[in-house]
Amino acid sequence: MSRVLLSSVGTTYAVDGAVLVEEADLSLHAGEVVALVGPNGAGKTTLLRLLAGDLTPGHGEVRIDGRRLASVRPRDLARLRAMLPHHTVLQFAFRVLDVVMMGRYPHREATRSEDEAAVASAMAAADVGFLAERLFTTLSGGEQARSSLARVLAQETPVVLLDEPSASLDIRHQELVMGVLRGLAAGGAGVLTVLHDLNLAARHADRVGVMDRARLVEVGPTAEVLRADLLSAVYGHPVAVVPHPYADCPLVLPLSP
Amino acid sequence: MVVAVAAGSLLIGASLASLAMGAVSIPPRAALGILLEHAGWSTGLEFTSQQDAVMWGIRLPRVILGGLVGAALGVAGASYQAIFRNPMADPQLIGVSSGAALGSAVAILLLGGVLGMTAGPLGGLAGGFTTGLLVYGLARHRGRTEVVTMILSGIAIAAVGTAGAAFISLISDEPRLKSALFWVLGSLTFATWKMVWFTFPLVAVAVIALPAYARAMNVSLLGDAEARSLGVDVERFRIVVLALATTAVAASVAAAGVIGFVGLLVPHGIRLVAGPDNRLVVPASAVGGAALVILFDLVARTAAAPTEIPIGLLTAIAGGPVFLWLVRRTRREHGGWG
Repeated sequence: MSRVLLSSVGTTYAVDGAVLVEEADLSLHAGEVVALVGPNGAGKTTLLRLLAGDLTPGHGEVRIDGRRLASVRPRDLARLRAMLPHHTVLQFAFRVLDVVMMGRYPHREATRSEDEAAVASAMAAADVGFLAERLFTTLSGGEQARSSLARVLAQETPVVLLDEPSASLDIRHQELVMGVLRGLAAGGAGVLTVLHDLNLAARHADRVGVMDRARLVEVGPTAEVLRADLLSAVYGHPVAVVPHPYADCPLVLPLSP
Repeated sequence: MVVAVAAGSLLIGASLASLAMGAVSIPPRAALGILLEHAGWSTGLEFTSQQDAVMWGIRLPRVILGGLVGAALGVAGASYQAIFRNPMADPQLIGVSSGAALGSAVAILLLGGVLGMTAGPLGGLAGGFTTGLLVYGLARHRGRTEVVTMILSGIAIAAVGTAGAAFISLISDEPRLKSALFWVLGSLTFATWKMVWFTFPLVAVAVIALPAYARAMNVSLLGDAEARSLGVDVERFRIVVLALATTAVAASVAAAGVIGFVGLLVPHGIRLVAGPDNRLVVPASAVGGAALVILFDLVARTAAAPTEIPIGLLTAIAGGPVFLWLVRRTRREHGGWG
Protein backbone atom coordinates (compact mmCIF):
# COMPACT_ATOMS: atom_id res chain seq x y z
CA MET A 1 0.00 0.00 0.00
CA SER A 2 1.12 3.55 -0.67
CA ARG A 3 2.51 6.02 1.83
CA VAL A 4 0.53 6.94 4.96
CA LEU A 5 -0.04 10.72 4.99
CA LEU A 6 -2.23 11.05 8.06
CA SER A 7 -2.90 8.63 10.89
CA SER A 8 -4.86 8.52 14.09
CA VAL A 9 -4.13 6.04 16.89
CA GLY A 10 -6.56 5.75 19.79
CA THR A 11 -7.73 9.33 19.34
CA THR A 12 -10.29 10.25 21.99
CA TYR A 13 -12.04 13.53 22.60
CA ALA A 14 -14.55 14.48 25.30
CA VAL A 15 -16.33 17.71 26.27
CA ASP A 16 -17.96 18.13 29.68
CA GLY A 17 -17.89 14.37 30.25
CA ALA A 18 -19.55 13.58 26.90
CA VAL A 19 -17.26 11.43 24.76
CA LEU A 20 -17.56 12.64 21.17
CA VAL A 21 -14.83 10.49 19.64
CA GLU A 22 -13.55 7.32 21.29
CA GLU A 23 -10.42 5.35 20.38
CA ALA A 24 -10.44 6.23 16.69
CA ASP A 25 -7.83 4.40 14.59
CA LEU A 26 -7.57 5.53 10.98
CA SER A 27 -4.92 5.92 8.30
CA LEU A 28 -5.13 8.03 5.18
CA HIS A 29 -2.86 7.01 2.31
CA ALA A 30 -1.59 8.96 -0.67
CA GLY A 31 -3.84 8.49 -3.69
CA GLU A 32 -7.03 7.45 -1.96
CA VAL A 33 -10.44 8.94 -1.22
CA VAL A 34 -11.86 7.83 2.12
CA ALA A 35 -15.47 8.62 3.01
CA LEU A 36 -16.60 9.01 6.61
CA VAL A 37 -20.28 8.14 7.06
CA GLY A 38 -22.65 7.64 9.96
CA PRO A 39 -25.80 9.04 11.55
CA ASN A 40 -26.14 12.60 12.91
CA GLY A 41 -24.16 13.15 16.08
CA ALA A 42 -21.94 10.10 15.54
CA GLY A 43 -18.79 12.26 15.81
CA LYS A 44 -17.77 12.56 12.15
CA THR A 45 -17.15 16.30 12.24
CA THR A 46 -15.32 16.07 15.56
CA LEU A 47 -13.04 13.35 14.22
CA LEU A 48 -12.35 15.45 11.12
CA ARG A 49 -11.48 18.46 13.27
CA LEU A 50 -9.16 16.31 15.41
CA LEU A 51 -7.40 15.07 12.30
CA ALA A 52 -7.09 18.66 11.04
CA GLY A 53 -5.57 19.83 14.31
CA ASP A 54 -8.50 22.19 14.87
CA LEU A 55 -9.18 20.27 18.10
CA THR A 56 -6.62 18.62 20.35
CA PRO A 57 -7.33 15.03 21.38
CA GLY A 58 -7.58 14.16 25.08
CA HIS A 59 -5.93 10.79 24.47
CA GLY A 60 -4.28 9.21 21.49
CA GLU A 61 -2.17 10.69 18.76
CA VAL A 62 -2.58 12.15 15.32
CA ARG A 63 0.44 12.05 13.01
CA ILE A 64 0.81 13.89 9.74
CA ASP A 65 3.58 13.21 7.24
CA GLY A 66 5.34 11.08 9.88
CA ARG A 67 5.37 13.81 12.54
CA ARG A 68 3.21 14.38 15.61
CA LEU A 69 0.58 16.84 14.44
CA ALA A 70 0.73 18.83 17.66
CA SER A 71 4.43 19.53 17.10
CA VAL A 72 4.03 20.97 13.61
CA ARG A 73 4.02 24.79 13.41
CA PRO A 74 0.67 26.24 12.22
CA ARG A 75 2.13 27.66 9.02
CA ASP A 76 3.84 24.35 8.12
CA LEU A 77 0.69 22.42 8.97
CA ALA A 78 -1.29 24.64 6.60
CA ARG A 79 0.98 23.53 3.77
CA LEU A 80 0.35 19.88 4.62
CA ARG A 81 -3.39 19.79 5.08
CA ALA A 82 -6.41 21.86 4.15
CA MET A 83 -9.85 21.63 5.69
CA LEU A 84 -13.26 22.55 4.34
CA PRO A 85 -15.59 23.14 7.29
CA HIS A 86 -19.28 22.47 6.98
CA HIS A 87 -20.35 26.07 6.52
CA THR A 88 -18.51 29.38 6.34
CA VAL A 89 -20.25 32.55 7.53
CA LEU A 90 -18.67 35.77 6.36
CA GLN A 91 -19.75 39.12 7.82
CA PHE A 92 -17.72 41.23 5.43
CA ALA A 93 -18.35 41.66 1.72
CA PHE A 94 -15.30 40.01 0.15
CA ARG A 95 -15.37 39.02 -3.51
CA VAL A 96 -15.23 35.30 -4.32
CA LEU A 97 -11.81 35.91 -5.87
CA ASP A 98 -10.55 37.40 -2.57
CA VAL A 99 -11.90 34.44 -0.60
CA VAL A 100 -10.20 31.91 -2.87
CA MET A 101 -6.99 33.95 -2.72
CA MET A 102 -7.06 33.53 1.08
CA GLY A 103 -6.24 29.86 0.40
CA ARG A 104 -2.79 31.10 -0.60
CA TYR A 105 -2.13 32.56 2.87
CA PRO A 106 0.26 29.77 3.98
CA HIS A 107 2.33 30.11 0.80
CA ARG A 108 4.29 33.20 1.76
CA GLU A 109 7.21 32.60 -0.56
CA ALA A 110 5.06 31.91 -3.64
CA THR A 111 5.24 34.44 -6.45
CA ARG A 112 2.23 36.44 -7.51
CA SER A 113 1.91 34.47 -10.75
CA GLU A 114 2.05 31.16 -8.85
CA ASP A 115 -0.74 32.41 -6.57
CA GLU A 116 -2.83 33.57 -9.50
CA ALA A 117 -2.34 30.30 -11.38
CA ALA A 118 -3.33 28.23 -8.32
CA VAL A 119 -6.41 30.38 -7.72
CA ALA A 120 -7.49 30.26 -11.38
CA SER A 121 -7.22 26.49 -11.62
CA ALA A 122 -8.96 26.02 -8.25
CA MET A 123 -11.85 28.24 -9.34
CA ALA A 124 -12.15 26.42 -12.66
CA ALA A 125 -12.17 23.02 -10.91
CA ALA A 126 -14.92 24.10 -8.48
CA ASP A 127 -16.86 25.79 -11.29
CA VAL A 128 -16.86 29.22 -9.66
CA GLY A 129 -14.77 31.09 -12.26
CA PHE A 130 -17.83 33.00 -13.41
CA LEU A 131 -18.53 34.11 -9.81
CA ALA A 132 -15.05 35.66 -9.32
CA GLU A 133 -16.24 39.26 -9.00
CA ARG A 134 -19.43 38.46 -7.07
CA LEU A 135 -19.60 39.13 -3.34
CA PHE A 136 -19.35 35.93 -1.32
CA THR A 137 -22.10 37.17 1.03
CA THR A 138 -24.62 37.41 -1.82
CA LEU A 139 -24.15 33.85 -3.14
CA SER A 140 -26.50 30.92 -2.68
CA GLY A 141 -25.55 28.17 -0.22
CA GLY A 142 -24.31 25.88 -2.98
CA GLU A 143 -22.29 28.64 -4.61
CA GLN A 144 -20.71 29.52 -1.27
CA ALA A 145 -19.85 25.85 -0.69
CA ARG A 146 -18.13 25.63 -4.07
CA SER A 147 -16.27 28.90 -3.48
CA SER A 148 -15.01 27.56 -0.16
CA LEU A 149 -13.97 24.35 -1.92
CA ALA A 150 -12.00 26.45 -4.40
CA ARG A 151 -10.24 28.13 -1.47
CA VAL A 152 -9.28 24.70 -0.10
CA LEU A 153 -8.01 23.60 -3.53
CA ALA A 154 -5.94 26.79 -3.86
CA GLN A 155 -4.14 25.79 -0.67
CA GLU A 156 -2.55 22.92 -2.67
CA THR A 157 -1.93 20.47 0.16
CA PRO A 158 -1.19 16.73 0.07
CA VAL A 159 -3.92 16.06 2.66
CA VAL A 160 -7.44 17.37 2.08
CA LEU A 161 -10.17 17.05 4.72
CA LEU A 162 -13.76 17.97 3.89
CA ASP A 163 -16.94 18.16 5.93
CA GLU A 164 -19.88 17.39 3.66
CA PRO A 165 -18.62 19.11 0.52
CA SER A 166 -21.66 17.89 -1.43
CA ALA A 167 -24.37 19.12 0.95
CA SER A 168 -26.49 21.87 -0.65
CA LEU A 169 -25.16 21.05 -4.12
CA ASP A 170 -27.26 20.06 -7.12
CA ILE A 171 -26.64 16.69 -8.82
CA ARG A 172 -24.30 18.09 -11.47
CA HIS A 173 -22.17 19.87 -8.90
CA GLN A 174 -22.18 16.88 -6.52
CA GLU A 175 -20.68 14.80 -9.30
CA LEU A 176 -18.32 17.61 -10.22
CA VAL A 177 -17.05 17.90 -6.64
CA MET A 178 -16.58 14.15 -6.26
CA GLY A 179 -14.72 14.21 -9.57
CA VAL A 180 -12.45 16.95 -8.21
CA LEU A 181 -11.70 14.82 -5.13
CA ARG A 182 -10.88 11.82 -7.34
CA GLY A 183 -8.60 14.08 -9.36
CA LEU A 184 -6.77 15.17 -6.18
CA ALA A 185 -6.26 11.53 -5.23
CA ALA A 186 -5.04 10.69 -8.73
CA GLY A 187 -2.49 13.46 -8.26
CA GLY A 188 -1.18 11.76 -5.10
CA ALA A 189 -3.20 13.53 -2.41
CA GLY A 190 -5.00 11.78 0.43
CA VAL A 191 -8.64 12.85 0.66
CA LEU A 192 -10.90 12.26 3.66
CA THR A 193 -14.44 13.50 3.38
CA VAL A 194 -17.52 13.32 5.56
CA LEU A 195 -20.47 12.35 3.38
CA HIS A 196 -24.15 11.98 4.15
CA ASP A 197 -25.10 10.57 0.80
CA LEU A 198 -24.13 6.89 1.01
CA ASN A 199 -24.40 6.46 -2.76
CA LEU A 200 -21.85 9.20 -3.36
CA ALA A 201 -19.55 7.28 -1.01
CA ALA A 202 -20.39 4.01 -2.79
CA ARG A 203 -19.52 5.36 -6.22
CA HIS A 204 -16.50 7.55 -5.46
CA ALA A 205 -14.70 6.39 -2.30
CA ASP A 206 -11.92 3.81 -2.22
CA ARG A 207 -12.57 3.09 1.42
CA VAL A 208 -15.34 3.95 3.84
CA GLY A 209 -15.24 4.51 7.59
CA VAL A 210 -18.50 4.11 9.49
CA MET A 211 -19.00 6.03 12.73
CA ASP A 212 -21.62 5.25 15.32
CA ARG A 213 -21.95 6.81 18.76
CA ALA A 214 -18.40 8.26 18.90
CA ARG A 215 -16.78 5.04 17.63
CA LEU A 216 -15.30 4.26 14.27
CA VAL A 217 -17.00 0.87 14.04
CA GLU A 218 -15.60 -0.25 10.71
CA VAL A 219 -13.12 0.96 8.11
CA GLY A 220 -12.45 -0.87 4.87
CA PRO A 221 -12.90 -1.10 1.12
CA THR A 222 -16.17 0.48 0.07
CA ALA A 223 -17.88 -2.68 -1.22
CA GLU A 224 -17.01 -4.60 1.97
CA VAL A 225 -18.19 -1.94 4.41
CA LEU A 226 -21.43 -0.83 2.76
CA ARG A 227 -23.41 -3.92 3.84
CA ALA A 228 -27.12 -3.97 4.56
CA ASP A 229 -26.70 -5.45 8.05
CA LEU A 230 -24.10 -2.91 9.19
CA LEU A 231 -25.86 0.13 7.74
CA SER A 232 -29.29 -0.93 9.01
CA ALA A 233 -27.92 -1.37 12.51
CA VAL A 234 -25.91 1.87 12.57
CA TYR A 235 -28.63 4.10 11.11
CA GLY A 236 -31.45 2.35 12.99
CA HIS A 237 -33.40 2.05 9.75
CA PRO A 238 -33.71 -0.89 7.34
CA VAL A 239 -31.50 -0.53 4.29
CA ALA A 240 -31.00 -2.73 1.23
CA VAL A 241 -27.73 -2.87 -0.68
CA VAL A 242 -27.94 -4.09 -4.27
CA PRO A 243 -25.47 -4.07 -7.19
CA HIS A 244 -25.61 -0.79 -9.09
CA PRO A 245 -27.32 -1.43 -12.46
CA TYR A 246 -24.97 0.84 -14.44
CA ALA A 247 -21.77 1.07 -12.40
CA ASP A 248 -19.41 -1.33 -10.69
CA CYS A 249 -20.36 -0.41 -7.13
CA PRO A 250 -23.06 -1.05 -4.53
CA LEU A 251 -26.35 0.89 -4.49
CA VAL A 252 -27.83 1.72 -1.09
CA LEU A 253 -31.61 1.90 -0.84
CA PRO A 254 -33.55 2.87 2.28
CA LEU A 255 -36.60 0.63 2.88
CA SER A 256 -39.89 1.30 4.61
CA PRO A 257 -39.64 0.09 8.21
CA MET B 1 -4.17 53.59 -4.06
CA VAL B 2 -6.80 56.25 -4.76
CA VAL B 3 -8.09 55.82 -1.23
CA ALA B 4 -4.60 56.17 0.24
CA VAL B 5 -3.98 59.39 -1.71
CA ALA B 6 -7.43 60.75 -0.81
CA ALA B 7 -7.00 59.98 2.91
CA GLY B 8 -3.50 61.48 2.88
CA SER B 9 -4.64 64.67 1.14
CA LEU B 10 -7.56 64.98 3.53
CA LEU B 11 -5.17 64.67 6.48
CA ILE B 12 -2.82 67.36 5.13
CA GLY B 13 -5.71 69.66 4.22
CA ALA B 14 -7.37 69.22 7.60
CA SER B 15 -4.09 69.93 9.42
CA LEU B 16 -3.39 73.11 7.44
CA ALA B 17 -6.94 74.36 7.87
CA SER B 18 -6.83 73.64 11.57
CA LEU B 19 -3.50 75.47 11.97
CA ALA B 20 -4.81 78.48 10.04
CA MET B 21 -8.24 78.94 11.60
CA GLY B 22 -9.18 80.30 15.00
CA ALA B 23 -9.27 83.51 17.01
CA VAL B 24 -5.86 84.41 15.58
CA SER B 25 -5.68 83.78 11.84
CA ILE B 26 -2.48 82.18 10.57
CA PRO B 27 -2.27 81.94 6.76
CA PRO B 28 -0.38 78.95 5.29
CA ARG B 29 2.62 81.15 4.34
CA ALA B 30 2.99 82.38 7.90
CA ALA B 31 2.48 78.84 9.23
CA LEU B 32 5.26 77.58 6.97
CA GLY B 33 7.52 80.41 8.13
CA ILE B 34 6.90 79.55 11.79
CA LEU B 35 7.55 75.84 11.22
CA LEU B 36 10.81 76.50 9.39
CA GLU B 37 11.86 79.04 12.02
CA HIS B 38 11.50 76.40 14.72
CA ALA B 39 13.39 73.94 12.54
CA GLY B 40 16.25 76.45 12.68
CA TRP B 41 15.84 77.95 9.21
CA SER B 42 14.97 81.64 9.03
CA THR B 43 13.03 82.45 5.88
CA GLY B 44 11.68 85.73 4.55
CA LEU B 45 8.10 84.54 5.28
CA GLU B 46 6.42 87.07 7.57
CA PHE B 47 4.61 86.28 10.80
CA THR B 48 3.95 88.04 14.08
CA SER B 49 5.19 86.89 17.45
CA GLN B 50 1.56 86.40 18.49
CA GLN B 51 1.03 84.09 15.52
CA ASP B 52 4.17 82.24 16.51
CA ALA B 53 3.03 81.80 20.10
CA VAL B 54 -0.46 80.63 19.13
CA MET B 55 0.69 78.22 16.47
CA TRP B 56 3.72 76.71 18.17
CA GLY B 57 2.41 76.77 21.71
CA ILE B 58 -1.25 75.90 21.18
CA ARG B 59 -2.41 74.84 17.72
CA LEU B 60 0.39 72.62 16.50
CA PRO B 61 0.44 70.32 19.56
CA ARG B 62 -3.34 70.24 19.42
CA VAL B 63 -3.39 69.26 15.73
CA ILE B 64 -0.72 66.60 16.25
CA LEU B 65 -2.44 65.19 19.33
CA GLY B 66 -5.75 65.16 17.44
CA GLY B 67 -4.06 63.27 14.63
CA LEU B 68 -2.61 60.72 17.06
CA VAL B 69 -5.94 60.24 18.82
CA GLY B 70 -7.78 59.84 15.52
CA ALA B 71 -5.20 57.43 14.14
CA ALA B 72 -5.47 55.35 17.31
CA LEU B 73 -9.27 55.20 17.21
CA GLY B 74 -9.40 54.47 13.47
CA VAL B 75 -6.82 51.70 13.47
CA ALA B 76 -8.24 50.20 16.68
CA GLY B 77 -11.80 50.21 15.32
CA ALA B 78 -10.73 48.39 12.15
CA SER B 79 -8.74 45.85 14.20
CA TYR B 80 -11.49 45.19 16.76
CA GLN B 81 -13.94 44.63 13.92
CA ALA B 82 -11.58 41.99 12.50
CA ILE B 83 -10.89 40.09 15.73
CA PHE B 84 -14.47 40.26 16.97
CA ARG B 85 -15.45 39.28 13.41
CA ASN B 86 -18.09 41.90 13.70
CA PRO B 87 -18.56 45.17 11.81
CA MET B 88 -20.05 46.92 14.84
CA ALA B 89 -17.10 46.67 17.21
CA ASP B 90 -15.90 50.17 18.16
CA PRO B 91 -13.62 51.17 21.04
CA GLN B 92 -16.43 53.09 22.74
CA LEU B 93 -19.30 50.72 21.96
CA ILE B 94 -17.49 47.72 23.38
CA GLY B 95 -16.58 49.66 26.53
CA VAL B 96 -12.80 49.79 26.16
CA SER B 97 -12.72 53.60 25.94
CA SER B 98 -14.76 54.02 29.12
CA GLY B 99 -12.68 51.43 30.94
CA ALA B 100 -9.57 53.32 29.92
CA ALA B 101 -11.17 56.60 31.05
CA LEU B 102 -11.91 55.21 34.50
CA GLY B 103 -8.45 53.69 34.81
CA SER B 104 -6.86 56.91 33.67
CA ALA B 105 -8.89 59.10 36.05
CA VAL B 106 -8.23 56.83 39.02
CA ALA B 107 -4.52 56.76 38.28
CA ILE B 108 -4.26 60.55 37.90
CA LEU B 109 -6.17 61.02 41.16
CA LEU B 110 -4.28 58.47 43.26
CA LEU B 111 -0.90 58.15 41.58
CA GLY B 112 -0.54 61.51 39.81
CA GLY B 113 1.83 62.74 42.51
CA VAL B 114 4.14 59.76 42.17
CA LEU B 115 3.97 59.01 38.45
CA GLY B 116 3.38 62.51 37.10
CA MET B 117 2.40 62.68 33.45
CA THR B 118 2.67 58.90 32.99
CA ALA B 119 -0.18 58.25 35.45
CA GLY B 120 -2.91 58.95 32.86
CA PRO B 121 -1.63 56.69 30.08
CA LEU B 122 -0.62 53.90 32.50
CA GLY B 123 -3.99 53.93 34.25
CA GLY B 124 -5.66 54.04 30.84
CA LEU B 125 -3.72 50.96 29.74
CA ALA B 126 -4.72 49.08 32.88
CA GLY B 127 -8.39 50.04 32.54
CA GLY B 128 -8.47 49.45 28.79
CA PHE B 129 -6.85 46.02 28.99
CA THR B 130 -9.15 44.93 31.78
CA THR B 131 -12.29 45.92 29.90
CA GLY B 132 -11.00 44.62 26.58
CA LEU B 133 -10.38 41.16 28.02
CA LEU B 134 -13.66 41.30 29.93
CA VAL B 135 -15.79 42.07 26.85
CA TYR B 136 -13.83 39.57 24.80
CA GLY B 137 -14.35 36.86 27.41
CA LEU B 138 -18.02 37.67 27.87
CA ALA B 139 -18.96 37.97 24.21
CA ARG B 140 -17.12 34.97 22.80
CA HIS B 141 -18.92 31.70 22.92
CA ARG B 142 -17.73 28.61 21.07
CA GLY B 143 -15.48 30.59 18.81
CA ARG B 144 -18.04 33.17 17.78
CA THR B 145 -18.64 36.68 19.01
CA GLU B 146 -22.24 37.26 19.86
CA VAL B 147 -23.21 40.76 18.77
CA VAL B 148 -25.88 41.25 21.37
CA THR B 149 -23.65 40.12 24.24
CA MET B 150 -20.82 42.30 22.97
CA ILE B 151 -22.97 45.43 22.73
CA LEU B 152 -24.76 44.78 26.03
CA SER B 153 -21.51 44.11 27.90
CA GLY B 154 -20.16 47.28 26.31
CA ILE B 155 -23.13 49.31 27.51
CA ALA B 156 -22.73 48.04 31.07
CA ILE B 157 -18.98 48.61 31.13
CA ALA B 158 -19.30 52.03 29.51
CA ALA B 159 -21.92 53.06 32.08
CA VAL B 160 -19.72 52.04 35.00
CA GLY B 161 -16.59 53.54 33.43
CA THR B 162 -18.00 56.94 32.55
CA ALA B 163 -19.91 57.20 35.84
CA GLY B 164 -16.76 56.37 37.77
CA ALA B 165 -14.70 58.86 35.81
CA ALA B 166 -17.38 61.54 36.21
CA PHE B 167 -17.51 60.88 39.95
CA ILE B 168 -13.76 61.33 40.24
CA SER B 169 -14.10 64.62 38.40
CA LEU B 170 -16.37 65.83 41.21
CA ILE B 171 -13.85 65.20 43.97
CA SER B 172 -10.66 66.33 42.26
CA ASP B 173 -8.98 69.71 41.80
CA GLU B 174 -6.77 68.79 38.85
CA PRO B 175 -8.11 70.77 35.83
CA ARG B 176 -8.34 67.82 33.42
CA LEU B 177 -9.85 65.61 36.09
CA LYS B 178 -12.30 68.31 37.11
CA SER B 179 -13.97 68.33 33.72
CA ALA B 180 -16.54 65.54 33.64
CA LEU B 181 -17.36 66.47 30.05
CA PHE B 182 -13.75 65.71 29.14
CA TRP B 183 -14.11 62.08 30.15
CA VAL B 184 -17.56 61.55 28.70
CA LEU B 185 -17.33 63.48 25.43
CA GLY B 186 -13.62 64.08 25.00
CA SER B 187 -11.64 67.22 24.26
CA LEU B 188 -8.29 68.28 22.86
CA THR B 189 -8.25 71.49 24.94
CA PHE B 190 -5.56 70.15 27.22
CA ALA B 191 -3.14 69.39 24.41
CA THR B 192 0.50 70.17 25.19
CA TRP B 193 3.77 69.12 23.64
CA LYS B 194 4.42 66.99 26.68
CA MET B 195 1.20 65.11 26.12
CA VAL B 196 2.08 64.65 22.46
CA TRP B 197 5.33 62.96 23.48
CA PHE B 198 3.58 60.64 25.93
CA THR B 199 0.91 59.65 23.43
CA PHE B 200 3.08 59.31 20.36
CA PRO B 201 5.01 56.07 21.12
CA LEU B 202 1.92 54.15 22.25
CA VAL B 203 -0.07 55.08 19.16
CA ALA B 204 2.91 54.65 16.84
CA VAL B 205 3.46 51.06 17.99
CA ALA B 206 -0.12 50.14 17.13
CA VAL B 207 -0.23 52.04 13.84
CA ILE B 208 3.02 50.47 12.68
CA ALA B 209 2.43 46.93 13.97
CA LEU B 210 -1.27 46.33 13.24
CA PRO B 211 -1.06 46.53 9.41
CA ALA B 212 1.40 43.61 9.58
CA TYR B 213 -1.52 41.47 10.80
CA ALA B 214 -3.88 42.62 8.04
CA ARG B 215 -3.68 39.40 6.00
CA ALA B 216 -4.23 37.28 9.08
CA MET B 217 -7.22 39.52 9.90
CA ASN B 218 -8.68 38.83 6.46
CA VAL B 219 -8.24 35.08 6.83
CA SER B 220 -9.61 35.08 10.38
CA LEU B 221 -12.87 36.64 9.13
CA LEU B 222 -13.65 33.26 7.52
CA GLY B 223 -13.93 31.66 10.95
CA ASP B 224 -11.65 30.10 13.55
CA ALA B 225 -11.55 26.64 11.97
CA GLU B 226 -10.82 28.14 8.56
CA ALA B 227 -8.12 30.46 9.91
CA ARG B 228 -6.46 27.63 11.82
CA SER B 229 -6.61 25.44 8.74
CA LEU B 230 -4.84 28.21 6.83
CA GLY B 231 -2.03 28.39 9.36
CA VAL B 232 -3.04 31.28 11.64
CA ASP B 233 -2.18 30.72 15.30
CA VAL B 234 -5.66 31.99 16.13
CA GLU B 235 -5.42 32.50 19.88
CA ARG B 236 -2.06 34.21 19.75
CA PHE B 237 -3.05 36.38 16.81
CA ARG B 238 -6.18 37.57 18.55
CA ILE B 239 -4.48 38.43 21.83
CA VAL B 240 -1.67 40.34 20.11
CA VAL B 241 -4.08 42.38 17.98
CA LEU B 242 -6.36 43.02 20.97
CA ALA B 243 -3.37 44.23 23.01
CA LEU B 244 -2.03 46.52 20.28
CA ALA B 245 -5.41 48.09 19.52
CA THR B 246 -6.21 48.53 23.20
CA THR B 247 -2.84 50.20 23.81
CA ALA B 248 -3.68 52.79 21.17
CA VAL B 249 -7.18 53.38 22.55
CA ALA B 250 -5.91 53.74 26.12
CA ALA B 251 -3.31 56.29 25.04
CA SER B 252 -5.93 58.26 23.12
CA VAL B 253 -8.33 58.29 26.07
CA ALA B 254 -5.64 59.39 28.51
CA ALA B 255 -4.87 62.28 26.16
CA ALA B 256 -8.31 63.34 24.97
CA GLY B 257 -11.02 61.49 26.88
CA VAL B 258 -13.70 59.33 25.27
CA ILE B 259 -14.38 60.23 21.65
CA GLY B 260 -16.93 57.83 20.24
CA PHE B 261 -17.80 56.50 16.79
CA VAL B 262 -14.52 57.41 15.06
CA GLY B 263 -13.55 53.74 15.07
CA LEU B 264 -16.87 52.94 13.45
CA LEU B 265 -17.16 55.79 10.94
CA VAL B 266 -13.70 55.62 9.44
CA PRO B 267 -13.29 51.88 8.66
CA HIS B 268 -16.82 51.73 7.29
CA GLY B 269 -16.30 54.74 5.07
CA ILE B 270 -13.16 53.12 3.68
CA ARG B 271 -14.87 49.74 3.17
CA LEU B 272 -17.72 51.41 1.29
CA VAL B 273 -15.27 52.96 -1.16
CA ALA B 274 -12.54 50.33 -1.37
CA GLY B 275 -13.91 47.01 -0.11
CA PRO B 276 -13.14 45.00 3.04
CA ASP B 277 -9.48 44.05 2.45
CA ASN B 278 -7.75 44.85 5.75
CA ARG B 279 -4.42 45.36 4.02
CA LEU B 280 -5.93 48.67 2.94
CA VAL B 281 -8.61 49.21 5.59
CA VAL B 282 -6.27 49.04 8.61
CA PRO B 283 -3.57 51.54 7.55
CA ALA B 284 -6.09 53.80 5.78
CA SER B 285 -8.21 53.89 8.94
CA ALA B 286 -5.24 55.34 10.83
CA VAL B 287 -4.82 58.13 8.28
CA GLY B 288 -8.56 58.71 7.85
CA GLY B 289 -9.11 58.71 11.62
CA ALA B 290 -6.41 61.31 12.08
CA ALA B 291 -7.96 63.53 9.39
CA LEU B 292 -11.45 63.12 10.81
CA VAL B 293 -10.53 63.99 14.40
CA ILE B 294 -8.51 67.04 13.30
CA LEU B 295 -11.48 68.24 11.23
CA PHE B 296 -14.00 67.59 14.00
CA ASP B 297 -11.73 69.39 16.45
CA LEU B 298 -11.52 72.40 14.13
CA VAL B 299 -15.31 72.56 14.09
CA ALA B 300 -15.43 71.97 17.84
CA ARG B 301 -13.33 75.03 18.65
CA THR B 302 -14.48 77.42 15.90
CA ALA B 303 -18.18 76.74 15.27
CA ALA B 304 -19.44 78.30 18.51
CA ALA B 305 -16.33 80.33 19.51
CA PRO B 306 -15.41 81.35 22.10
CA THR B 307 -17.34 78.37 23.55
CA GLU B 308 -15.81 75.01 22.71
CA ILE B 309 -18.12 72.19 21.70
CA PRO B 310 -17.00 68.81 23.14
CA ILE B 311 -15.64 66.87 20.18
CA GLY B 312 -17.40 63.65 21.20
CA LEU B 313 -20.69 65.43 20.77
CA LEU B 314 -19.87 66.08 17.12
CA THR B 315 -18.62 62.55 16.45
CA ALA B 316 -21.78 61.16 18.07
CA ILE B 317 -24.03 63.34 15.90
CA ALA B 318 -22.24 62.05 12.81
CA GLY B 319 -21.72 58.49 14.06
CA GLY B 320 -25.10 57.70 15.60
CA PRO B 321 -26.98 57.67 12.28
CA VAL B 322 -24.23 55.56 10.68
CA PHE B 323 -24.56 53.05 13.49
CA LEU B 324 -28.34 52.90 12.99
CA TRP B 325 -27.82 52.34 9.28
CA LEU B 326 -25.43 49.50 10.12
CA VAL B 327 -27.98 47.95 12.45
CA ARG B 328 -30.60 48.10 9.72
CA ARG B 329 -28.32 46.65 7.09
CA THR B 330 -27.14 43.85 9.36
CA ARG B 331 -30.72 42.92 10.17
CA ARG B 332 -31.67 42.88 6.52
CA GLU B 333 -28.70 40.82 5.41
CA HIS B 334 -28.66 38.27 8.17
CA GLY B 335 -32.33 38.22 9.07
CA GLY B 336 -31.80 39.35 12.63
CA TRP B 337 -29.14 38.86 15.24
CA GLY B 338 -27.29 35.58 14.96
